Amino acid sequence: MTATTDQLEHCDIPVTGMTCAACSARVQRALERTPGVSAATVNLMTNQATVDFDPGAIDPVGLVEVIRDTGYGAEIPRAEVAPEDLVAAQDETRAEEITTLGRKVVVSGVAAVVAMGFMVIPSGWDMRITNLILLGISLPVVFWAGRHFYTRAWAGFRHHSADMSTLIAVGTGAAFIFSLATTLAAEWFAARGLEPHVYYEAVVWVIALVLLGNLLEAKAKGRTSQAIRKLLGLRPRTARVVRDGGEVEVPLSDLAVGDVVVVRPGEKIPADGTVIEGRSNVDESMLTGEPLPVDKEAGDSVVGATLNRNGALKVRVTATGAATVLSQIVRLVQQAQGTKAPIQHLADRVSAVFVPVILCIAIATFVIWFDIGPGPWYVHALAAAVTVLVIACPCAMGLAVPTAVMVATGRGAERGVLFKGGDVLQRASELDVVVVDKTGTVTEGRPTVTEVIAIAADRATILRLVASLERRSEHPLAEAIVDAAAREGIELREPDRFEVFAGQGVLGLVEGREVVIGNSGLMRARNIDPAPLIDRADALAAGGATAVFVALDGSLAGLLAIADPIKDSSAAAIERLHRLGLEIVMLTGDARRTAESVARATGIDRVIAEVLPDEKLAVIRRLQQDGKVVAMVGDGLNDAPALAQADVGIAIGTGTDVAIEAGGVTLMRGDLAGVPQALELARRTLRVIRQNLFWAFIYNVIGVPIAAGVLYPVFGLLLTPTIAGAAMAASSVSVVSNSLRLRTA
Amino acid sequence: MTASQWVVTLGGAGAIAWVIYYFFLAARAGATARLGAAGIQRVAIEVLGGYAPSTVTVRRGLPVELEFHRADSDSCTEEVVLEDFGIRQYLPAYQTTAIQFTPTESGTFAFSCGMGMVHGRLVVQDEVSNDGHN
Repeated sequence: MTATTDQLEHCDIPVTGMTCAACSARVQRALERTPGVSAATVNLMTNQATVDFDPGAIDPVGLVEVIRDTGYGAEIPRAEVAPEDLVAAQDETRAEEITTLGRKVVVSGVAAVVAMGFMVIPSGWDMRITNLILLGISLPVVFWAGRHFYTRAWAGFRHHSADMSTLIAVGTGAAFIFSLATTLAAEWFAARGLEPHVYYEAVVWVIALVLLGNLLEAKAKGRTSQAIRKLLGLRPRTARVVRDGGEVEVPLSDLAVGDVVVVRPGEKIPADGTVIEGRSNVDESMLTGEPLPVDKEAGDSVVGATLNRNGALKVRVTATGAATVLSQIVRLVQQAQGTKAPIQHLADRVSAVFVPVILCIAIATFVIWFDIGPGPWYVHALAAAVTVLVIACPCAMGLAVPTAVMVATGRGAERGVLFKGGDVLQRASELDVVVVDKTGTVTEGRPTVTEVIAIAADRATILRLVASLERRSEHPLAEAIVDAAAREGIELREPDRFEVFAGQGVLGLVEGREVVIGNSGLMRARNIDPAPLIDRADALAAGGATAVFVALDGSLAGLLAIADPIKDSSAAAIERLHRLGLEIVMLTGDARRTAESVARATGIDRVIAEVLPDEKLAVIRRLQQDGKVVAMVGDGLNDAPALAQADVGIAIGTGTDVAIEAGGVTLMRGDLAGVPQALELARRTLRVIRQNLFWAFIYNVIGVPIAAGVLYPVFGLLLTPTIAGAAMAASSVSVVSNSLRLRTA
Repeated sequence: MTASQWVVTLGGAGAIAWVIYYFFLAARAGATARLGAAGIQRVAIEVLGGYAPSTVTVRRGLPVELEFHRADSDSCTEEVVLEDFGIRQYLPAYQTTAIQFTPTESGTFAFSCGMGMVHGRLVVQDEVSNDGHN
């Protein structure tokens, strides 16, 4: 990637092989000493050299050479093709293909109907005249509409490869050449007692039907990548930038990191950034699948392409173009579509040998009909061989898996579920156990005051005095109390005295009153009787909360319940996972009692509590050793080793964390609701893939022998090439259409 | 059997043998990547009903750039898949699309069209002669 600033150019070069700071320093020194380089930094963490250089003195190739001379690897960074450019190119080619195919379908379709008219309506003309007219009708179809079948078959043949075009070209080509011979040399055939049979009508019909199939297939294939188009379409075209004190509307491509943009209510946020002014609700559903709008105020980060709803925001841009979350999502989806599901390997093995094998079957069919078939032998032999070639459909097999993976990964992205590839989709459909991390996954991950029980003073007074005192404490529970007071807008005072009783609580003087906060032990030690609230405290503890007693001026005044609240969506998500027949295991470092109460409240089957962070991986491994296929759901940072060990790692994002490395699946939403969505989609996809493969295989396994005439000896049944052409066209279209059903998954 | 049946039977057997030989056993045209100034190994591959050359030999550990020129608009070959390198790339018709990656392991890796019918092979060797052609 290079960028120009005045006369200098800027270039980022990926460097490989660096292991320590000495390595990066060495590369950096070498670059700095290079004539033409004005500044160079080498980052060990990102394995990247950032160089400002004079293009008149050196170029990126020279810089790569300099790095290589130091003994480390480097390669020229390739300019990344923007996903929208790629999609636009694809759309353009597809549109051209559809237009051309459309014209060819019309011409060949009309020719087919006319040819059929000649065959079925007796004209009273001499057979030779009729044949010449049919030849005339078939010429534009063979040499214009179907020409590409022959040119492609020939090009493939030169490279020792064969595809659908080969089958159509050989089938219709043989029938056409034979018909041409009987038309032009009818006497020669007649002299030998052979009926001069022609196949023009079959040739025209087969080409027309296969073209129609290609047309429908091209249209359907275009729809398989619609999700990416939809994602790219979310981006606004322009941004309102603050420049020289005024607002200027600029194209998105002119937006730079550091720009301040103004986003009015109802407008889309043009790029990723941080709110510096204003307050609003932002609808992020298009990227995260989260239906509720998110509150944004100064300091919050926002994602480009999300919708600002009710307030004006000023946003400082932190990422543009390919670096934005939206572009990363699109790239991730495109990469996912590049990987194959293991189930495809069987289809690949069959596809690789399919066409030559069909050619062999067609030759054998011809020979058998010629040798032992009923008369007219050559008519049957040729018709059966051509029918075999035309009915065989390699496309259905080739399309069965990739189309389903494309639609499913795109559909997932629309709902905030990002699959890393087809292999992940397949594994996610085969799970037995889903292991969920408790803190931050099932629960909010931050202790919160859930209840304030006041018996000797009003609630606000208790909260004000307690929070004023706890402000001096560094205990995690203290933070929850101070947050609770802040949420209620309570103004805190400075305590006059503050004393910590380790493991028990704190004591101090606030507003001239003595405040004691802590467990029952501390109360008793201060001669305060906790008995009036002891039952409530026990009940709260049984529910997974921590109970904190409060005494004012030597007498018990209240009780605070502090707990890590369960996310609203957790129980419903676990219920949906149960409906998929999955066992749900919760993994946590917390005490068993707290963990079990969370499990009871959410319907989790099994709890593995008091697990140290580095033991999570071992727990996953043990489950796998028991023969279970395991998914691990957790955050991508702390749970990374366990996510990587699991058969499917499901990383819960925070709405902007797209490229979570450890996860096979990334959920843009920060809760469990995406997990059943992801697994249901994976199962449905695999069901569609199996249907597609079954259909593609069974179609060929049954169709080819029938076309060869295996039913003829018993039932007298023989397919015509025209019927074979129709069946072949329907076969591949049906596979793509079946995959497209996943768009509503 | 009549003479013509003998001719057709033997001709058919010969044709089947030839199809098997030509599509499965015959040697394919290959090329060795040309090592460029920046250490990038480049090979131009024409996509027209197949890949020419269909076997490409490169050196391990150095970046490779395969320049696919798609010479027609046939949708069968609109994508190229190098599964071992996690690449599925759309190839715009009548254009050259460069695909860059660095093979870190030696061995033979298949590449194919999106539907798995048209095939090529990438042979990654520890050392290759540097005077290749493409």
